[in-house]
Amino acid sequence: MPRRVAAQTAVQHGMSNISLFLILLAPFAGIFAVSVAAGFSRSLGAWAAGASMAAGLVAALQLAPQVFSGSVVLWRVAWLPEWGLDFALRLDGLGLLFVVLILGIGLLIVLYAAYYMPQTDNLGRFYIALLGFAGGMLGIVLAENILLMVVFWEVTSLTSFLLIAYKYADVEARIAARLSLAMTGGGGLALLAGALLLGHVAGSYDFSVIEDRAGLVRDNALYPVILILFLLGAFTKSAQFPFHVWLPHAMAAPTPVSAYLHSATMVKAGVFLLARMYPILAGTELWFVIVSTTGAITFLYGAYIALLKHDLKGLLAYSTISHLGLITLLFGLDTPLAAIAGVFHIINHAIFKASLFMAAGIIDHETGTRDMRRMAGLFKAMPRTAILGILAAASMAGVPLLNGFLSKEMFFTATVAHPGFENAIYLLPAFATIAGMLSVAYSVRFVHDVFFDGPVKKTPKVPHEPPVWMRLPIEVLVGLVLIVGFLPQLSVGPILHTAAEAVLPGPVPDIKLAVWHGFNLPLVMTIMAFGLGILQFSRRHKLYALRDRFAFALTSPVAFERFYRAAARLSTALLAFADTQSLQRYLALFFSFAVIAGVWAWVRIDLTGGGATVLTGPLPILAVDATAVVAAATLVFAALGTVVFRHDRLKALIYMSVAGTVVSLAFLRFHAPDLAMTQLSVEVVTILLLLMCLRYLPERSARQSTTGRRMRDGLLATAAGTGVAALTYAMLTRPYETIAAYHMANAKPLGGGTNVVNVILVDFRGYDTLGEIAVLAMAALGLHALLSGTRMQGPGGPTLASADRYPIMLAELMRPLLPLSLAVAAYIFLRGHNLPGGGFIAGLVAAVALVLQYVAQGTDFAGERLRINTVRLLGIGLGIATLTGVASFVFGYPFLTSTHGYVTPPVIDKFELASAIAFDLGVFLVVIGTVLLALTELAGLRRAEDVAVPAKGDA
Amino acid sequence: MEVLVSLSLGLLSACGIYLMLRPTTFSVVLGLTLLSYAVNALIFFGARLKSTAPPLTIDGLSGQTDPLPQALVLTAIVIGFGMTAYLMALALKGKAESGTDHVDAGRDP
Repeated sequence: MPRRVAAQTAVQHGMSNISLFLILLAPFAGIFAVSVAAGFSRSLGAWAAGASMAAGLVAALQLAPQVFSGSVVLWRVAWLPEWGLDFALRLDGLGLLFVVLILGIGLLIVLYAAYYMPQTDNLGRFYIALLGFAGGMLGIVLAENILLMVVFWEVTSLTSFLLIAYKYADVEARIAARLSLAMTGGGGLALLAGALLLGHVAGSYDFSVIEDRAGLVRDNALYPVILILFLLGAFTKSAQFPFHVWLPHAMAAPTPVSAYLHSATMVKAGVFLLARMYPILAGTELWFVIVSTTGAITFLYGAYIALLKHDLKGLLAYSTISHLGLITLLFGLDTPLAAIAGVFHIINHAIFKASLFMAAGIIDHETGTRDMRRMAGLFKAMPRTAILGILAAASMAGVPLLNGFLSKEMFFTATVAHPGFENAIYLLPAFATIAGMLSVAYSVRFVHDVFFDGPVKKTPKVPHEPPVWMRLPIEVLVGLVLIVGFLPQLSVGPILHTAAEAVLPGPVPDIKLAVWHGFNLPLVMTIMAFGLGILQFSRRHKLYALRDRFAFALTSPVAFERFYRAAARLSTALLAFADTQSLQRYLALFFSFAVIAGVWAWVRIDLTGGGATVLTGPLPILAVDATAVVAAATLVFAALGTVVFRHDRLKALIYMSVAGTVVSLAFLRFHAPDLAMTQLSVEVVTILLLLMCLRYLPERSARQSTTGRRMRDGLLATAAGTGVAALTYAMLTRPYETIAAYHMANAKPLGGGTNVVNVILVDFRGYDTLGEIAVLAMAALGLHALLSGTRMQGPGGPTLASADRYPIMLAELMRPLLPLSLAVAAYIFLRGHNLPGGGFIAGLVAAVALVLQYVAQGTDFAGERLRINTVRLLGIGLGIATLTGVASFVFGYPFLTSTHGYVTPPVIDKFELASAIAFDLGVFLVVIGTVLLALTELAGLRRAEDVAVPAKGDA
Repeated sequence: MEVLVSLSLGLLSACGIYLMLRPTTFSVVLGLTLLSYAVNALIFFGARLKSTAPPLTIDGLSGQTDPLPQALVLTAIVIGFGMTAYLMALALKGKAESGTDHVDAGRDP
């Protein structure tokens, strides 16, 4: 086994090459190139797409010598190593073959599409999806890790969905895209399950390792399950009977897509999987039976239906299904020669079928129809295209001296004396001849109906030759048909040999690629197939009549669409049942769940020591003083008052603010001056905000809760409150471990400040604070987005005369107060690093000072004078905070590292300046911006109302 | 003192939760504010009650309290304001779109 040894040495010596990654990167990088280039011009987008395909091809060809010398190129980056998922790529003969097909034909498709697609389409979306698809295909064929392969498998399913639905205005295209996604996506799920099982059984997700343990896998009890899951993936993707139904409908895609996906790449992913798994899963009775039977049925069925299709692309689609069936059958026959023939036919079919699809596209493009009954004699109108089409079709039929003949003859040879049919030695050759006959018949029909069959018929457009560049891709491919046909050993011999090495677990037999093997049974079969095929074609009208009489809707997308709609309805109904869209219900469920979780935890506690000892910890209890009792009584009064007077909204607000004040006093009592100041200033702005909102909310709510509902909520609230009280008590009486000592010890030496809370905020945990002010800015912007442009109507009634709207005393007092309060804010800000204060509190104080100007003198007056762009203020604040963090990179420190030193500015006393003060400045600005934005936005509602009212009066 | 603090927080939470379960948007905002008082205080009291000085590293102070809960709560209070403002904006928008201040307006009855 020469190849496996080579693979292992490659692993050991780490023969990895970045070019391998570049192959895969090229199309994905191309997506970005196209998205930029297509914005400039249509042709620039095409150039970008073509260049990225070409770049990938160059990278692949650079690695080709290594692959031909027998080694496997590997490239690996750990991704989720604990789950066995590495970003591991490999390039062996089979992979190289596919890479060349994907990128080579892809390049031709890019050129072809630039001429085929309507000039009005700038092609950006098309090329992006096409490149995404090419990237997915490359990922499949280059993956060394099976899970990685499955990921790329899904990429191809999704991008092919986008490509089939490219003309999304067309309902047929949408249904076809959904059908193909359902089929191939479903197969993808099966494949994922199979891959996980295989990895579990083999103990690794790497192909090289699994290949070495192939025997282990085949002997495992799970082998049949794994095999069937993998085959489901392969058969759905490669459109094998009965999963073939999506492929004919996928012809709704633009022809370049059909030529690429449905001849050369997407559908080949399934047979690629068969080839890739061949050394691991093949070699058993089960493989032979399932794969060869499915392949044989598909081969025959596709060929038969293809003959009956009047649509040009329909014929090609079913012929593709048939040829995929042939390839599947070849892998199923499970002999070295058959497997080699399978690989060979993958190449040949991709070449002639892509050129046929492109020829069909030209015919469609030039005549305006794809119906073969409406066209004839096109040979005269477009002789060059006709010659190309005829050569490709002849290759499809298996005419000697063309590439299709070689693999078909290899297939015939493989059927003769197959070890699986010892008792019925003629069965397989006879079947092969019949299927060959049908291929000949539909190929002849294609050529006859389109290019000959009398004079040119009247078609929607007058046919003539296409642009030279549009025909070039076909000329290239048909050139390959001839080269491979004439000089097989010279042209494809080496790559076929290396690819066969990758597929076959044992030594590769000597492959004799020659046009003439002497007069033998396979040649007789070929001659018979041609004779019978032409005979069959001449009697085709009987078949059409038969078809018309027994028309059956096995492939109808209507059934699928019906199923799809029913499934959508069912899930909508289920969702409506689960999701009642009631906030009240959600909150009730949420709190109930929290209570139940708490009770459950409580019940599980060992209560042998008695409930009280469980609740009370070892810490000594602090004595109660009179102030605390008064404060608690006030809090009870305020909290209950808020609940009782909730409908009398102004009163409720006052009660709530009392509760807030008690909380801030409690902060002060328990040594948190920063918190007390923050709570107090937040209280002020919150109350202002809520007062402004009251105007727009109805005084009495529309619907009141029933007594039962209120009882339920009361019980729930009491239970939750009891839980919180118990939790708090249990916590307060227990000691705990803290990292405070570190903060206390290092605040001064490392952070340069003595107010540890502030040092934590702007230094130790500055990254958290950055996130928090970002959240704050987001909330303010969200409010801005929600309310800007919203028109609200306040209650009617007499409006105050504008002179009385703003009390003179307040207005007069506020003007001199503004600079004073701003000075206080500045003071609080500057001292914040050492004494209670800082950006948050200073920001709130400054905001309150500014907001009071609005309150006292009106938004128009204050807005004109202050001219603060609050949204920009948020941006500046966040920018300063972030830049402060980034600045530490300049000095080679991690993000947000702070530094400090002493400065002695004039007038003010000497004080210590830490770089964190710049960060704090950002915090300061964001807080001001948030508060001002929220309040001015609400004030703006009032102004919109003032504008709206006279307009109403006029009307 | 521990009992007093615990009962106060319990009562604040209970009142907050009861208000949050009301159908009126304004009550929900009031309730959420009360509940955030309770939760902020709960986190703050994670530093326990026994310390005797604010977390300043100034000469002459001893027995300082744990600064970390304070730092956490400080930003929480300010973000609480942002959340209240956003919630009120939602309430106003809901009123403008549906014409009522019921939290489940817009839902089919």
